[in-house]
Amino acid sequence: MALDKATVAHVAKLARIKLDDAEIEKYQGDLNAILDWMEQLNEVDTDSVEPMTAVVPRATAERHDVVTDGGRQDAVTENAPDAAHGYFVVPKVVE
Amino acid sequence: MTKLTDMTLAEAVDGLARKDFSAVELTEDYIKAMEASRPLNIYVTETPEKARDMAKASDARIAAGTVGPMEGVPLGIKDLYCSEGVRTQAGSHILDGFVPPYESTVTANLWKAGAVHLGKVNMDEFAMGSSTTTTVWGATINPWKRRADDKTDLVAGGSSGGSSAVVAAHAALAATGTDTGGSIRQPASYTGIVGIKPTYGRCSRWGIVAFASSLDQAGPMTRTVEDAAIMLGAMAGHDPKDSTSVNVAVPDFRAAVERGVKGLKVGIPKEYRVDGMSADAERLWQQGIEWLKAEGAEIVDISLPHTKYALPAYYIIANAEASANLARYDGVRFGLRVEGDSLDEMYENTRGAGFGAEVKRRILTGTYVLSAGYYDAYYRKAQKVRARIAEDFERVYETVDVILTPATPTPAFPVGQDADDPVAMYLNDVFTVTVNLAGLPGISVPAGLTAEGLPMGLQLIGKAFDEETVFAAGRVLERGADFTAKPSFLADAGI
Amino acid sequence: MTNEIPPYRITGETGEWELVIGLEVHAQVISDSKLFSGASARFGADPNAQVAFLDAGMPGMLPVVNEVCVDQAIRTGLGLHARVNHKSVFSRKNYFYADLPLGYQISQYDEPIIGEGEIDIDLPGGVTKTVGIERLHLEMDAGKSLHDQHPSKSYIDLNRAGVALMEIVSKPDMRSPDEAAAYLTKLRSILRYLGTCDGNMEEGSMRCDANVSVRKPGDPLGTRCEIKNVNSIRFVKQAIEYEARRQVALIEEGGTVQQETRLFDARKGETRSMRSKEHAHDYRYFPEPDLLPLILEDTRVEKIKQSMPELPDDKKKRFVAEYGITPYDASVLVAEKEDAAFYEGVAKQGDPKLGANWTITELFGALNAAGKPITESPVSAENLGKLTLLIKDGTISGRIAKDVFAEMFETGKAPDAIVEEKGLKQVSDSGAIEALVDEVLTANPDKVEQFRGGKEKLLGFFVGQVMKKSQGKANPGMVNEVLKSKLSA
Ligand SMILES: [Mg+2]
Ligand SMILES: [Zn+2]
Repeated sequence: MALDKATVAHVAKLARIKLDDAEIEKYQGDLNAILDWMEQLNEVDTDSVEPMTAVVPRATAERHDVVTDGGRQDAVTENAPDAAHGYFVVPKVVE
Repeated sequence: MTKLTDMTLAEAVDGLARKDFSAVELTEDYIKAMEASRPLNIYVTETPEKARDMAKASDARIAAGTVGPMEGVPLGIKDLYCSEGVRTQAGSHILDGFVPPYESTVTANLWKAGAVHLGKVNMDEFAMGSSTTTTVWGATINPWKRRADDKTDLVAGGSSGGSSAVVAAHAALAATGTDTGGSIRQPASYTGIVGIKPTYGRCSRWGIVAFASSLDQAGPMTRTVEDAAIMLGAMAGHDPKDSTSVNVAVPDFRAAVERGVKGLKVGIPKEYRVDGMSADAERLWQQGIEWLKAEGAEIVDISLPHTKYALPAYYIIANAEASANLARYDGVRFGLRVEGDSLDEMYENTRGAGFGAEVKRRILTGTYVLSAGYYDAYYRKAQKVRARIAEDFERVYETVDVILTPATPTPAFPVGQDADDPVAMYLNDVFTVTVNLAGLPGISVPAGLTAEGLPMGLQLIGKAFDEETVFAAGRVLERGADFTAKPSFLADAGI
Repeated sequence: MTNEIPPYRITGETGEWELVIGLEVHAQVISDSKLFSGASARFGADPNAQVAFLDAGMPGMLPVVNEVCVDQAIRTGLGLHARVNHKSVFSRKNYFYADLPLGYQISQYDEPIIGEGEIDIDLPGGVTKTVGIERLHLEMDAGKSLHDQHPSKSYIDLNRAGVALMEIVSKPDMRSPDEAAAYLTKLRSILRYLGTCDGNMEEGSMRCDANVSVRKPGDPLGTRCEIKNVNSIRFVKQAIEYEARRQVALIEEGGTVQQETRLFDARKGETRSMRSKEHAHDYRYFPEPDLLPLILEDTRVEKIKQSMPELPDDKKKRFVAEYGITPYDASVLVAEKEDAAFYEGVAKQGDPKLGANWTITELFGALNAAGKPITESPVSAENLGKLTLLIKDGTISGRIAKDVFAEMFETGKAPDAIVEEKGLKQVSDSGAIEALVDEVLTANPDKVEQFRGGKEKLLGFFVGQVMKKSQGKANPGMVNEVLKSKLSA
């Protein structure tokens, strides 16, 4: 299944990565080569196999419901490119 | 007397405990070596003042008799580990100027054990690469050169190429690495050092910038097997802050190193004889078999039939996970922002400018394989193949104790080679990636030099949570190889 | 109950239309800390002051599940008579938004913690209907964007980011705005009984998305639209009604309904398309690799089962059986567990049937007018119970009881004290009543004449006059009897 440019552009949009036309063309080639190579997995018979999501075969651990964190507005926002009055600031969002 | 920077970690720790020299003296020599290593572009953030303070504190503890297992040991820390108050960028432009207000669990464990922080070392951007060339800091150069030609700059491997180079160049006594598909073992092989990726869940991932959560594992990179055993012991341990960290006791790894291999069954998988494997790799592998045999191991031919599918399965799973793990780099809360007229434009501008080509390629691939209509064909299929690969190992571990393979098909390659052929670049991980998919421990131990004079490693793969056997067998390889060659850079730079 | 009520229909140009409604409710879990971090889950702090580094999506931070949030989901599942899944899986739902710091929401997708269940909803006339529950899953809340602080910027506060939500998805079983309202009312009641969500829609701790489609009765399902984040039951009804009429009009004009997300504008009472969310979503769900599967031991579920409170439906059944009140009254009384507890106090201290009436009409009315919650009622359950006994044993009439109640509400005094103090005891002494009757008959000879001539309606007049003379204290039953015998003599 060869990817066309529109698909590459759509995927880039989903991933929020700006690509110019030349980059779209380049990644179209790269992605097609990579996906072609990945196709070889179809040779493996996996009919009776459960997908393996984790190598650790056990249940997730759980935390006690205790407040142990927070109260660090400065530390949370100190790396922000734009912050004001304790908020993160972004270009206006229109709903 | 030997130079302080020539000592192994075990020797240094013992020397410090005996007060043959002080932690400050050791650290000062390493700070000089760090400065001398600058032509290799290893350190991306040097923290000499921090190192001096920590060394002083270490001397105070030594004086007080409260010595940790890593007391006074100067380390290079991969730029992937968040260091409180120290710029941490994972080799990426998108984390420009990011100073974490927290310390990763593994490095915190090391500092608690007495280690000294020399600085942050280079890596492929977000640990995505096998060459430490895909980094905002520029490529790290391998301290080794080919015998016949001392001009060509070679890669130090990747993604932990700064960590491998720093140890090989004696610009740190040891370093932390991380391994998602071979990122500790491949650079270790390329630089003539030891690197172990422990069992998944052995080391906490908390505070390490994530690449692929189900595969990432921290590990030590050192000059000897014993050093790796000491350092892993300090890094490992259950962390309630990481839900995938396993709550099992950390054995005394150092005690296991000299156990020997008498009576051990060592599996030799036929599928690891791949196309494009160098004659050197073939020869060293055979030597490894002889060394193990000579010390009483039994060699067993085994089959891991799904080996060839590991790489594509790995790249689907790792890239899918990465596409989500890297979504947080959006210009809002930290790092780079490139403004735009709308929120979406700001995201696209920031991520377009902030990520390098390889990272973009992987995010795009990962996004695609998860997208509507393709999930089953790629992601789900890859997870099923992953299960097959894990089954292969489970089956052979009914009859063998450990598996011996080459660590890499070839030695270090020139900087820039295969830069525009992603699939060719991915083949670097062909021997290492199965181990990550199955979550097993794997070590790379220097086995000797190639005809061109470059180091290459052998890999030992153990059962889950059986690093002890891996260390014991690794020590036998180390003894057999008696690897004493040093990179030419050491003499050239006067380190 | 099978009382027939006519089905709800929208009449269009081409005939009758049926509504199909499914609701997705996001209920904020009552817990001290967030679903995956140790930051506080309470409201009302300075911006970003209840944020762990994980909640801000900082590099290398990892989620760890809060056991109480899991228990709350199990508890809610049991309260909805639903299947508790012994294995469930957290998944990442990927999308970019300013208040979603990780770039994905940790949610549950194809393996939720709770499977199918059901809720009985109470409709007018004592009718009940069963609405199916499709699933309940745990997920993290997003942060909050403030759009009105700056002309060209939005401000982001992540205090809410990571707070645990239960998303409760109904089956498309509702057929009218009233049924949707009844479902929400009942669900909220159950959540409050369980103590798993405070159910406060105004403060956003319970939010509703409505999926609405229309069809000709008997036709297959039409295309649905999802109306997002409606924040009161009244608005849910309005939004559904508006949206259904919009769809009917659109189809009848020859158009087709597009599956889309719409917003309800409470000011205009309309729904409108969310343009910003127009381009197709592709959430790329996949299992969260930072967490392992959630496995629930039988003993854990069993322990929660043992600690379940009596839920509104069981309480309602018991009230009907134990106190002999109507199912309708019972459903009103059990809707809030504090009301139910109060009523039980009244019923135990007094007459259960009278107690139901007095609680619902007089007490609830007075509390409403005073803007007081039942927990601050000036009339205690014990005193209201006593009042019903005074009525029942004839000490005071219902009429006088209203005055007594007003006094009780005003002063908090006991009813017998008020009756005593004000001399309000009913007069049931036959001699005294006969004397009053004689006085009235003597004063109105013409009316007596007319009554005896066949104008029997005048009985009411005589009763009124006697009661007036007694200042309302005469026993009305006895007055009637004495009047009848004297007039027919
Ligand atoms: Mg939903
Ligand atoms: Zn939801």
